[in-house]
Amino acid sequence: MNTTVSKKITWRDIPQARLAVWTLIAGEFAIFGGLIVMYILNRIKYESWGEMAQHTNVIAGTVNTFVLLTSSYFVVKAHEAAVYRNKAKIKMWIWLTILCALIFLGIKTYEYSHEIMHGFTLPGKHLLAEGKNVDTMYWGFYYTMTGLHGLHVVAGALALFFVMRGVTKTGENYHRIEAAGLYWHMVDIIWIFLFPLIYLIH
Amino acid sequence: MNTHKKQGFWHRFFFSLDHKDIGFQYMLTIFVMVAIGGFFAYVFRMHLAFPDMKVPLFGLVTNKDYNMLITNHGLIMMMWLALGMLLAVAGNFLIPIMIGTDDMAFPKLNKISYWFFLISVILMIASFFMPKGGLGGGWTLYPPLSTGDFGYNTPYKGFADRFFTANTFVLLAIVFEFTSLLMGGINFFVTTLNKRAKGMSLFKMPVVVWMINIASVLFMFSVGPLVAGTFMLLLDINVGTGFYDAYRGGDPLLWEHLFWFFGHPEVYVILLPPLGILAEIISNNSRKPLFGYKFIIKMTLLAGILSMMVWAHHQFVAGINPKAATVFSILTIIISLPFAGIILAYIATLWYGKIRFTLPMKWALGAITLFTLLGGFTGLHLGASVFDIYAHDTSFVVAHFHYTLFPTVIFGTYAAMYFWFNKFTGRHLNKTLGNIHFWLTFIFFNGFAFPLFLLGLAGQHRRIADYRQFEFLMQDPLPLYRHIATISAVILILTQFIFIFNFFWSLKKGKRVESNNPWDSNTLEWQTSSPPPHGNFETYPVVHHGPYEYNMPGKDKDFTPQNEA
Repeated sequence: MNTTVSKKITWRDIPQARLAVWTLIAGEFAIFGGLIVMYILNRIKYESWGEMAQHTNVIAGTVNTFVLLTSSYFVVKAHEAAVYRNKAKIKMWIWLTILCALIFLGIKTYEYSHEIMHGFTLPGKHLLAEGKNVDTMYWGFYYTMTGLHGLHVVAGALALFFVMRGVTKTGENYHRIEAAGLYWHMVDIIWIFLFPLIYLIH
Repeated sequence: MNTHKKQGFWHRFFFSLDHKDIGFQYMLTIFVMVAIGGFFAYVFRMHLAFPDMKVPLFGLVTNKDYNMLITNHGLIMMMWLALGMLLAVAGNFLIPIMIGTDDMAFPKLNKISYWFFLISVILMIASFFMPKGGLGGGWTLYPPLSTGDFGYNTPYKGFADRFFTANTFVLLAIVFEFTSLLMGGINFFVTTLNKRAKGMSLFKMPVVVWMINIASVLFMFSVGPLVAGTFMLLLDINVGTGFYDAYRGGDPLLWEHLFWFFGHPEVYVILLPPLGILAEIISNNSRKPLFGYKFIIKMTLLAGILSMMVWAHHQFVAGINPKAATVFSILTIIISLPFAGIILAYIATLWYGKIRFTLPMKWALGAITLFTLLGGFTGLHLGASVFDIYAHDTSFVVAHFHYTLFPTVIFGTYAAMYFWFNKFTGRHLNKTLGNIHFWLTFIFFNGFAFPLFLLGLAGQHRRIADYRQFEFLMQDPLPLYRHIATISAVILILTQFIFIFNFFWSLKKGKRVESNNPWDSNTLEWQTSSPPPHGNFETYPVVHHGPYEYNMPGKDKDFTPQNEA
């Protein structure tokens, strides 16, 4: 290859799928960004939410953070396998990623059921009866933010599954692994923001 | 590349992947929505001018009906007509063919976008038929008005009781529509950046392509928080959370902030594509290069950034900090500068041009005149909080935004239709009917909207079903103004049937185009056959010229197609 010729990089050199996923991620950040800003503003306003945050399961949240971070590593390995056109390895790494997604959702379900059992439900009758009107909104944000994030986990896992199936069946479109992987990293990063905001600040 | 074959009805209107077919699907769907929105406008205008009258085709308008009619008129026209027509339809028809490519970057995503749009339309129409009637909380959906019969302290009687309400359905429809437009926006953006014809640099793209893309990006960043906010309002209604409930620490003002943080950029999302369309038409019909191409793009980008910082001028009387009101007033007035610059560039394009008064040109000039002189100019007044506090929520505001939106959305769309119809169908729209349509629309739009300024200054509030309870609003000549406004509005709506007839008649029986380029235009869409085949071009064009090189010295004809070597 002639390395002396330097080529100016243009928009057209960026693969379509990557550009589209980056644009999608920008849009998703606008959605979650809005939600997070609203949460932070309310959090500053109501100090009693710190007490509510102590009722979240920090250990489960930490394990979940670890699980998601690990899954991001697996997706990177899948991308590497896609670069070398190695179908067997793509399959293995993507299945591991999806396994992580399922573990994440399982732990999340356990957390939800635990919190619901302790009376932290959405209309929050139990809290309203105690006169803690303001605190019901903490749980509103808790369920909305983690729930919306959970939907993205499901969507990301489904995307990875279908992309993997398509790639391994046809042996084409290896670049789609990268695109789905990018989306998966976004799901991961959003959790990195949600975890300290919801679980750790007391 | 040319895989043109005859397609069946179902294939063409439901499963087609071709960008022109999908654009046509959007257009027909939007025609249905506009018909509903226009009918609502007719009913409540009749009711305002002639209270107690049984409105033909509707019957007696109760106060509840009135609320429902104005709410849904606003929602349909803003969300489905304006956003749909100018982002989805214009983007689908124009972007791929103007940048010289065969289709969108992701044709399947494009099809899915349309299906989401269709779902949103169905949900919206279904909301009129809910057990408790249509939504009547104002198109801005402020809680607790938009939580409807479910004030926050209403006891919870089960999920179905709350789910099958107009409130839930309208919010779901809005979420679906936003999703559709977001997917469409990603498609436009990637297509424009990645699939341009060889030789077409970013600054050789037609202005309208720039404008639709800037609008899509602006839409994407402004709508995000509102999508989250809409989910929160849905949860408030259906599950009983208290995000907007002051009793539980929530804040109704939060919705206003979210709504207008989207809502104000949205008016620029709506405004930019027509401005692009006008640029094409004005340059083409003045036979002159567009004045200040790069200046227009830069001003648009500046306006896009500023538009994210002006939202609270809708809330001067909603209890925001008066100091913030000053800041927002100043920013609002500043934002008129880039648009004044753009309009001046258009006027400079006309200057010493060989102007052809073709039909699209008439619509374009009409749009610029009305938008600038009455729409934009009264916007300056309303942007200043001192005047806005006086005029807030009066007919003056109604007249102002009809003078901004009608010239851009309606005139801009018609300009585009009369300009590009022959390209996409291979037949001309009838000229005589077009002229009648233009003049009647122009005259009766003014007849409808101008009296509202006077009524608003006299203190007539909007959203009041019956003005007879206010004596000062029944003094002469105010009822006369209301009658003029209503009769003009009715004629205005009837006039549009001329266009609908012209559209469908010309589709089947219109005069066939004699050449592929009847307007002697430069841009790429005119360099292929009319209608363009599936895949648009026989061979991919190679671009050598900018889009506006009219009357260049040393040429034997007054235009230079972009792909001419």
